[in-house]
Amino acid sequence: MIEVQNLSKHFRDKKRGEIRAVDGVSFRCQPGQIYGLLGANGAGKTTTLRMLATILEPSAGTAVVAGHDVVDHPERVRANVGFLSTATALYPRLTAREVVQYFGRLNGLSDAVLRQRVDKIFDRLDMNGFRDRRCDKLSTGMKQKTSIARTLVHDPAVMIFDEPTLGLDIMTARTITAFIRECRDLGKTVIFSTHIMSEVEKLCDVIGIIQGGKLLAEGSLEELRAKYGERDLEEIFVKVVAPHYVPPPEAN
Amino acid sequence: MSLRNVGIVYRKELTEALRDSRTLISSILIPLFLFPVLTVGIGYAFVEVADQASHEASRIMVLGGADSPDVVQKLKDAKNLRIVKPRADYVDLISNKKIRAAVDLPPGFQSDVEHGAHPDVKIYIFSGDLKSMLSATRIKEQLTEYRDSMVRDRLAAQHLPDSLMKPFGVEQQNVVSEDRVAGESYGGLITYLVILMCMTGAMYPAMDLTAGEKERGTMETILSSPIERTHLVLGKFLVVLTASLATATLSVLSMAGSFAVLAHYGKGQGIGDDFPILTMHAKTAFAIFIMALPVAVLFSAVLMTISLFAKTFKEAQSYLTPMTFLVIVPAIAAVIPGIELTAKLALVPILNVGLLCKELVTGTYHWEYIALIFGCTCVYAGIALFLAVKMFQRESVLFSS
Repeated sequence: MIEVQNLSKHFRDKKRGEIRAVDGVSFRCQPGQIYGLLGANGAGKTTTLRMLATILEPSAGTAVVAGHDVVDHPERVRANVGFLSTATALYPRLTAREVVQYFGRLNGLSDAVLRQRVDKIFDRLDMNGFRDRRCDKLSTGMKQKTSIARTLVHDPAVMIFDEPTLGLDIMTARTITAFIRECRDLGKTVIFSTHIMSEVEKLCDVIGIIQGGKLLAEGSLEELRAKYGERDLEEIFVKVVAPHYVPPPEAN
Repeated sequence: MSLRNVGIVYRKELTEALRDSRTLISSILIPLFLFPVLTVGIGYAFVEVADQASHEASRIMVLGGADSPDVVQKLKDAKNLRIVKPRADYVDLISNKKIRAAVDLPPGFQSDVEHGAHPDVKIYIFSGDLKSMLSATRIKEQLTEYRDSMVRDRLAAQHLPDSLMKPFGVEQQNVVSEDRVAGESYGGLITYLVILMCMTGAMYPAMDLTAGEKERGTMETILSSPIERTHLVLGKFLVVLTASLATATLSVLSMAGSFAVLAHYGKGQGIGDDFPILTMHAKTAFAIFIMALPVAVLFSAVLMTISLFAKTFKEAQSYLTPMTFLVIVPAIAAVIPGIELTAKLALVPILNVGLLCKELVTGTYHWEYIALIFGCTCVYAGIALFLAVKMFQRESVLFSS
């Protein structure tokens, strides 16, 4: 379960002054459901998810993730969250197994439990062929599997994916989307961000459209279709976002 | 739970560091091989050069002296001098090192001497050029011998004893042990190298574990794990400190080893005679290690804090290069002969430890300074570590974009 109340994040920028990357966002994600955060680049998706994963601290508002407040108990939140993004790389000088073990240990797993857990995950993700290969020698697909194993090792109740398929080839991207669905089927709370419409259409139970740090529309695909009188999600997105759209500033 | 996590991070970072060839080279190979090469290699080269210079006859010129055959003959007979034909451009020849010196005998030198007129002989040299100064010493030796024999002849002619001119003798004797002589000669250098090695060892891992982590994109991965940031930075810091101390320790060991080898094989080959050989006692090495400890903490924390601001390894390198100068300057200042510990200097970081270790190597233990310097270096180190932990909590530093 994720409950977000009025969550805001402000940055100071030397040139542009105060930036409201996330501005009073509220929403709720239920266990066994996939919540999709849809937005253009710079809309505030990554900042929102980073706050939920307690990598960034909110400037205002609250969020409760898996029963723990992100400001009061960030360590407890992280212990219940699996966080995967294109920016979460692996340690190149460790082997696939060592990476997964490292994160298992940091999550407080005992050696015996860890060994069992690692064996199970490696079997399920079909990773035994490269378990002792260093991460810098792995293919993109193998790396992605290792990252998935890393987020799963402590069996978190909440999964946060920040543009997980960005820059991946179709086959690898499909591994990820299949994995996201599997997480939902296991009863986990899943939130993920993307700007790819087809992914949202295929995966999400609830869609939130975000622009300029504000959540502009929310609902299931059917609800959004009814509300905006469009079948195509892209048309809905444009209808929602266009009045608020400001092109993102050059290179930040 | 907390210490366990620091340990987990430490073990993982150490494993990674040991698998990185760049870290291995800078933290282990360089200190291991630098000192044998420096001491044995340069030591031998120095002895060789000095040896060559002492066996080679100096080319000199005698100006005038046609009417003073005795003194000219005396110079010609000297095995370590080679007389070349006089030329008017002797100043140029000396400047260009074609000849090492010129002896200027005034006209009528020999007859003036015999009649007690006290003429002056001039020696023209290239001051600062070792070989030129050596040739002047050789010329003076010959002239002094010539003068002494003249005095003896005159005394004998008057039936007077030799002791008339030399009523007493003067003898200079060293009363300090060979170790302390060596310590006084090399103490500064050793200290300088230890301080430098503490930094060299910490430098690479400090950049790799902070800016390198950002560059490889693993910073966000580790921040998404339940570990507290304080524990994460402490684990990383301990790895940097380990590298710093390992490098310093290996340097001291390999230095002690090099000196031991030099002492064993060098004796009787002229090394031990002209250049005192240092035997590092376990006690001295231990004392240096203890003093190096807070310095290593200081370096590790400062280098880590600075490189944390960089987004890439390269950027970190450009930040740390000026730091190197900040460390080298006080370390060199400590080596300058004549600068000695005072209460004020004892508060200057790095310089204080440099000066103190110089004393430790010579076997001097000023306990009040040892306590003061150890204490204040610990305070500086503590501040630096605190700063590193603080910076690791700042989002603008971790996600500088």
